[in-house]
Amino acid sequence: MARAVTFNRKTGNTILAWSIGLLIFFPILWTILTSFKTEGQAIADPPLFLMFDWTLENYAIVQERSDYLRFLTNSIIIAGGSTLLGIVVAVPAAWSMAFVPSKRTKDILLWMLSTKMLPAVGVLYPIYLIFIELGLLDTKIGLVVVLMLINLPIIVWMLYTYFREIPSEILEAARMDGASLRSEILYVLTPMAIPGIASTILLNFILAWNEAFWTLNLTAAKAAPLTAFIASYSSPEGLFYAKLSAASTMAIAPILILGWFSQKQLVRGLTFGAVK
Amino acid sequence: MIRKTSLGVAVALSLATSTAALAETITIATVNNGDMIRMQGYTDQFTQQTGINVEWVTLEENVLRQRVTTDITTKGGAFDIMTIGMYETPIWGANGWLVPLHKNVNFNTNNLSDAYDVDDILPAMRGGLSHDGTLYAAPFYGESSMIMYRTDLMAKAGLKMPDAPTWDFIAKAAKAMTDRSNDINGICLRGKAGWGEGGAFITAMSNSFGARWFDMDWNATFDQKPWADTLNFFVGMMNESGPKGYATNGFNENLSLFQQGKCGMWIDATVAASFVTNPKDSTVADKVGFALAPDTGLGKRSNWLWAWALAIPAGTQKEKAALQFIEWATSKEYIELVAAKEGWANVPPGARTSLYENPNYTKVPFAQMTLDSILSADPNNSTVEPSPYVGIQFAAIPEFAGIATQVSQEFSAVYAGQQSVEEALAKAQDITNEAMEAAGYR
Repeated sequence: MARAVTFNRKTGNTILAWSIGLLIFFPILWTILTSFKTEGQAIADPPLFLMFDWTLENYAIVQERSDYLRFLTNSIIIAGGSTLLGIVVAVPAAWSMAFVPSKRTKDILLWMLSTKMLPAVGVLYPIYLIFIELGLLDTKIGLVVVLMLINLPIIVWMLYTYFREIPSEILEAARMDGASLRSEILYVLTPMAIPGIASTILLNFILAWNEAFWTLNLTAAKAAPLTAFIASYSSPEGLFYAKLSAASTMAIAPILILGWFSQKQLVRGLTFGAVK
Repeated sequence: MIRKTSLGVAVALSLATSTAALAETITIATVNNGDMIRMQGYTDQFTQQTGINVEWVTLEENVLRQRVTTDITTKGGAFDIMTIGMYETPIWGANGWLVPLHKNVNFNTNNLSDAYDVDDILPAMRGGLSHDGTLYAAPFYGESSMIMYRTDLMAKAGLKMPDAPTWDFIAKAAKAMTDRSNDINGICLRGKAGWGEGGAFITAMSNSFGARWFDMDWNATFDQKPWADTLNFFVGMMNESGPKGYATNGFNENLSLFQQGKCGMWIDATVAASFVTNPKDSTVADKVGFALAPDTGLGKRSNWLWAWALAIPAGTQKEKAALQFIEWATSKEYIELVAAKEGWANVPPGARTSLYENPNYTKVPFAQMTLDSILSADPNNSTVEPSPYVGIQFAAIPEFAGIATQVSQEFSAVYAGQQSVEEALAKAQDITNEAMEAAGYR
């Protein structure tokens, strides 16, 4: 009887999990399906699910009209650069907060997080003017710095949480063995926190990849990433749904593939502690 | 050996630098629509003729508006040409943010050339893109709004569409054409919130009912009868004959409904005519008729006027190259180029008088009605009662976009059945007066 209950519960949980998963994935699936329809089929009522004439014409048009590889390269550089720079800045900060906390550490952490609550548009003009002054408008390096600063609170918070789970005695032992601060962070702390650092990198890479406000407002033709590529296919006057879907699919494909191959590390890093 | 190599590298570098300096590149911010995308496809021809390279930044209309506004107000210099509309042009021109393209009195080296024939631009377009008689943007294409209707459904209803119908006729025809069992709505109109979406439609419609946004002292007039008449008529007709959920329908949603044969009539931008008559995308391509936007007999019709135009931001380092591009893209020759490659139905409409004198173009079914609609729109005299602003579906003041977006949200809430007409108008009155007071108009 107990086994039957367990089996039923497991089956129920599995069905529930799959249903939620499919529900969350459905908009992406619909986008991918729409990208293979004609513009007429894309707006058909009732909507066409699988029974339509599949076509690659939207991909051909998008490929012909836009330099996809340039946008992709920019996205990789901006998302990758901002994430790595963020890690370099955040590891010492998180170490300090986790192992040498002061009276104000918690306040600082909360203050850092509170900066995420400020609407981005509120600082658009000051940042735009600074960018003009420094010649950073429409440059990848400018976006790397801005996205790093925007995501820094999250990176510091995540690393701080992982570092807190590492027993400080291990670091003390390293210090007693004569390790310098640099060696302690590089050769003792970092290897132990690898799963946490990896999941932090992955999550922030995804955040930077998807960031649309700053990447649209601080770029023009040269440094524009895939968010600008997608925006160029959206229109309030004219039907571009199928082409927009093809552009969206091309823009999310790299991050979907990355997420698929790194899901184990991502889930492990997010659900377990650093030393579990 | 090292010396020789160094010399070679230096020569190569200087050659590369001088070539780069010769090949000037301009950056253009534009919207994503059929005519603009088509123009991008022909850019190579401009580069061949002039040696000037062109980089495009294509964005969705609202994103573009925010992007170019940020850049021009901060003198960012990210763009050498901006695609802007009739709303921004006179305001930005007055602020000195745009390079004058053509002055009535003083010509300078940056003005459009004689060969460009600036007098060929349709007067309504030229007026809407000027400030104090100076042209600040060249129209790439222009549009008004008109009625597109199903000739077969109209005949089935036993009615005949006049060339210039009244709103009463439209409501009557919409009711007669509605066939809920076959999913046919008598009329499809914009209800979506946003000053350029539902806000534009209801403002243009209100002109024909005798309403206006402001009296001569910049007081809001939503507490007056013409606005109540407009909104009550619109809501009554749409509830009776419009599609379900029209509160969220904009241009694209209605285009989609019309192309699938689910609308008897659609009143919207004249550029839609080429979409609904294109057999590749429209199931009703051969059954579409056109008429002027309706009126109520008060002397003003409910059509609007708009142009997407190319302007040069003041402060760009590439003013001459930018001017060359604008001359090319908005010239008669460009229209002929598109006609030769893609047919007369696909040329950018509504900008030049000569296009409508061309016998090849007058054969296009919607050409004459588009011209009539444009000619019947007067942005300098858009309301029955006198008003202090320029513009038909907008008031050309910087505060309008923000105010009208909020007001249109209140109106959309009425369409969605969330509040009454009276409540929405009272809120609109307060929103507008407060904003105008804060801005120093009252």
